[in-house]
Amino acid sequence: MSTHVIGSLSLIVWLPIIFGVAVLLIGRDGRERVARWLALVGSVLSALVVIPVWIQFDVKQSEFQFVEFIPWIETFNINYHLGIDGISLVLILLNALTTVFVVVAGWEVITKKVSHYFASFLILSGMINGVFCSLDAMLFYVFFEATLIPMFLIIGIWGGPNRVYAAIKFFLYTLAGSLLTLVALIYLYRTTGGSFAISDFYTVSIPQSAQVLIFLALFAAFAVKIPMWPVHTWLPDAHVEAPTGGSVVLAAVMLKLGGYGFLRLSLPIVPDAARELAPFVIALSLIAIVYIGFVALVQRDMKKLIAYSSISHMGFVTLGIFIFNAEGMQGAVIQMVSHGFISAALFLCVGVLYDRMHSREISDYGGVVNSMPMFAALFLVFAMANAGLPGTSGFVGEFLVIMGAMASNFWFAFAAAMTLILGAAYTLWMYKRVVFGECGSEQIRGLKDVNAREFAMLFVLALIVIGMGLYPKPFTDVIDVSVASVLELASVIKN
Amino acid sequence: MTNMNVYLLAALSPLFGALVAGLFGKQIGRSAAHLVAIFGVAISLIASIIIFVDVLDGHMFNGSVYTWAIIGDVRFEVGFLIDRLSSLMMIVVTSVSLMVHIYTIGYMKEDPGYQRFFSYISLFTFAMLILVMSNNFLQLFFGWEAVGLVSYLLIGFWYKKDSAIYANLKAFLVNRIGDFGFLLGIALVLHYAGTLDYAAVFDQSENLASQQIELFGGIGWSLVTVICICLFIGAMGKSAQFPLHVWLPDSMEGPTPISALIHAATMVTAGIFMVARMSPLFELSESALSFVLIIGSITALFMGLLGLVQNDIKRVVAYSTLSQLGYMTVALGVSAYSAAMFHLMTHAFFKALLFLAAGSVIIGMHHQQDMRFMGGLRRKMPITWLVSLIGSLALIGFPFLSGFYSKDSIIESVHLSTIPGAGFAYFAVLAGVFVTALYSFRMYFLVFEGEYRGGARKSDHGSHGNHEPHESPMVVWAPLVGLAVLSVFSGAISIQPILFGDYFQDVIFVMESHDVVRQFGEHFHGWFAMGLHGFQTLPFWLAAAGVLVAWFLFLYSPNARKKLTLFSPLTRLFEEKYFLDKFNEWFFARGSKSLGGLLWRIGDQKIIDGMVVNGSAKLVGQVGMQLRRVQTGFVSHYAFVMILGAFALVTIWLF
Repeated sequence: MSTHVIGSLSLIVWLPIIFGVAVLLIGRDGRERVARWLALVGSVLSALVVIPVWIQFDVKQSEFQFVEFIPWIETFNINYHLGIDGISLVLILLNALTTVFVVVAGWEVITKKVSHYFASFLILSGMINGVFCSLDAMLFYVFFEATLIPMFLIIGIWGGPNRVYAAIKFFLYTLAGSLLTLVALIYLYRTTGGSFAISDFYTVSIPQSAQVLIFLALFAAFAVKIPMWPVHTWLPDAHVEAPTGGSVVLAAVMLKLGGYGFLRLSLPIVPDAARELAPFVIALSLIAIVYIGFVALVQRDMKKLIAYSSISHMGFVTLGIFIFNAEGMQGAVIQMVSHGFISAALFLCVGVLYDRMHSREISDYGGVVNSMPMFAALFLVFAMANAGLPGTSGFVGEFLVIMGAMASNFWFAFAAAMTLILGAAYTLWMYKRVVFGECGSEQIRGLKDVNAREFAMLFVLALIVIGMGLYPKPFTDVIDVSVASVLELASVIKN
Repeated sequence: MTNMNVYLLAALSPLFGALVAGLFGKQIGRSAAHLVAIFGVAISLIASIIIFVDVLDGHMFNGSVYTWAIIGDVRFEVGFLIDRLSSLMMIVVTSVSLMVHIYTIGYMKEDPGYQRFFSYISLFTFAMLILVMSNNFLQLFFGWEAVGLVSYLLIGFWYKKDSAIYANLKAFLVNRIGDFGFLLGIALVLHYAGTLDYAAVFDQSENLASQQIELFGGIGWSLVTVICICLFIGAMGKSAQFPLHVWLPDSMEGPTPISALIHAATMVTAGIFMVARMSPLFELSESALSFVLIIGSITALFMGLLGLVQNDIKRVVAYSTLSQLGYMTVALGVSAYSAAMFHLMTHAFFKALLFLAAGSVIIGMHHQQDMRFMGGLRRKMPITWLVSLIGSLALIGFPFLSGFYSKDSIIESVHLSTIPGAGFAYFAVLAGVFVTALYSFRMYFLVFEGEYRGGARKSDHGSHGNHEPHESPMVVWAPLVGLAVLSVFSGAISIQPILFGDYFQDVIFVMESHDVVRQFGEHFHGWFAMGLHGFQTLPFWLAAAGVLVAWFLFLYSPNARKKLTLFSPLTRLFEEKYFLDKFNEWFFARGSKSLGGLLWRIGDQKIIDGMVVNGSAKLVGQVGMQLRRVQTGFVSHYAFVMILGAFALVTIWLF
């Protein structure tokens, strides 16, 4: 195995964490300006270090790349073992960019415990990169669980009035799922004769009954994380209470840990069980798409609406993964990245409004376009992207998943395509009530349009969303071989 | 310049205009914004004409511009198919668009959103060109949804008006229902043909026709029928066919220029164009054609009837558009694709004319749209009057005018057809001729003849001192004259090549047994003979009867109308638009909200959160409470339990 002792991936994982700690240490005692600038520099640098990796990444190679290997806990054969494929790479890019947006979004808005706030996000960002880079199951698990802590703090400290309930619900919900994962990993450690290497898990043969149990144990963690119906109810609560930045990271990146888990662990490790239980997962995904679409329609709180919309969009991810074909799975990965940008943008838009009006109730708004035309135009781009309009990234994933679903069954595609109607209905109806019409109140008449900072982040996001919609090929090229190799692993019979 | 550069120029110059007018409209000012937008469309028109001539010389093009994505072994491309069908559409789109752009200078003169409006209509032109120039289903869908987006933006252009922002949401959602079917059709094509490229799909059409697909309970359906019906559902949304027509009348809330451009001449004909493009597929399924035919007939007749009771001048024209779209769909259903395209073209000219003339009336009347307050405008707006008369005569199919040639061709084709449902369709299109004449001339008499009835009305349009109707400025009427000329001559000069020549020979595929246009052509002896013969045909006398009845009821003896109480339930049915809007509002809008509320309150909050999540939390709490009793704090109790446990363990271990 060709290994760098320490390399690009370590930089990607640890640079944000180092900056996070630095922000914590240097930015104490009211030195808020320093904390902000240091956080910005850290997040931008952490994003920049992804670029050389993206350039050097060989899209034709199906092996993991940029591999690093250092023994860690030798007694249990746990290693610091990093490496990425195309799927990891696009998600790392998403995470790195999201972190920059979050820092910019919190710039002057956060006034309480500023250094802690920015530090939490930087550390969280590094941990998430850690999940996407881990090739050792224990390392994966540690990063996966550790991400809970900063997010728990973000919701619990900077959240809304009901933040403690939401934070605990979030924590327990997701923790309950992941404890079972630990059991599954230990079982696999014993089956492989003492290895936590994910690649060893791929090759070891496992009896069918055990495969089903392992699948369900992993499923408990990833289904909650992504989240799937019916274990989704923590998400709307968490979003409503989380500060804007928390919602952005939660929707844009943390949900994707679930989808990534399915692709990295569930399908390749227990392929027979995954195939056997696929109809069950597909059914839950389709329920999520349709059922949650209707629920989103009646939400009165903008953040809740976007949260439900996220669940429905994540239904496309699980559907795309479990129909086992190239269109579907590529669509699922693209959907994860695209939804990351779109949901981030939508939560930032709600944040822009919330900072001015201190309300997220749709009924408190109306006629925002009269006083904030620039904001209205940008918001429309993201609303349309959320409704899956061609020419935006939102279309690419949904389109590919629907195409893939048709190869599986006409009615799967039929139910999934319902989102064309429902997604447009809940998103544009909200847009209409918030943005169009006469000014709903004097307060709205006096609103200031987006400032340079807000404009910059929304404009860059709009460019990304449109660019990815018009020309998704750079992304599909990066994931093409990786998706093919996951599909190949998932087709192996190993019981 | 290579051909590709001309194609790109035709498509992209309106986009350039849209971006400049939209992003920098404030900085460059009004006249610079409209100049750059008009310039963009004019270049596009010139390029389209060059392309058209080039295509007539036999230079077709089918190729890719760039690769959108490669998934597995499927390539998704963005590319152009330039042939006689697309180049004709490009001419129609860019020429009407240019007229509308010029007209807008006058119509939107006082609107604060002037630059934004130009940006939108140029963007629309770009999207429509992308749609018609596409060589594959993916890009077709791109253009399809993009024109829908611009339509949404333009219907809601006056975003403070409640009716406008209701109408644009409705338009978008109803179109999305159509797109739902359309996307399923595309997915079926991709799955069974393995490609989305038109030519490659059509090469496999025989293969698709031989396959079956099981949808319910093991009953096999012909695959190509399912594909065609799915695709046609998309056309029903975009081209406003019953029952997905409900958005079009409401779309009149938008400014008049876009009613002409988008909701009459171009966007709504995208569905017609698409089916004509797909003729190699539709020809293989008589069931699908029959479905198309019946939907078209219903739309042609029953939507025309609704035009009889409208008082808003734009809504009359809107229902007329629905009815004429029905005629085109009927033509598609009887495999007379070339007749449908022919009517599409003539209709684009005379309907854009009628809409823009209606807009001119609206400006002249200081934004009054109710025909009950008009009358006698012939003398006050002579140019508008004349072009409206020409437009109306073309619409009802007066011999020698463009509408006559296209509509008569459709009626004759239906007459000759053997597709199931052709009998009903023939009745519908004939009855439709009478209805068309009746509502058109009802409008004409109410607006232009008789006495002016608007004097007593209090105007809310304060910016003019003079409230008398007046003729519109030249920038408004000049495009009307241009369109009027096209409405008169475009039929006579093009019927021979389009219908009976070889214009569509390599583009539109018709089975021998369906080829009604060829049979009709056997009786064709030139446009002049057809025009003369037109005076002796049944449709002419039906139209004449319609005009006569309109004259009697709305000009000669308005009181006679009040005696027609026999028809009052019917009038109510028409006024309520067959209660379809009410039904949709109640069943779909309210129904989905109730369902959503139910799923949220019962499903999410009561069952999942209430019983499972908080229930298990409660369970843990209660178990904890019970366990707490065990923790008494007395060491002796603990020791006792320990000993019991030790005994138990030893016992298990020993036995």
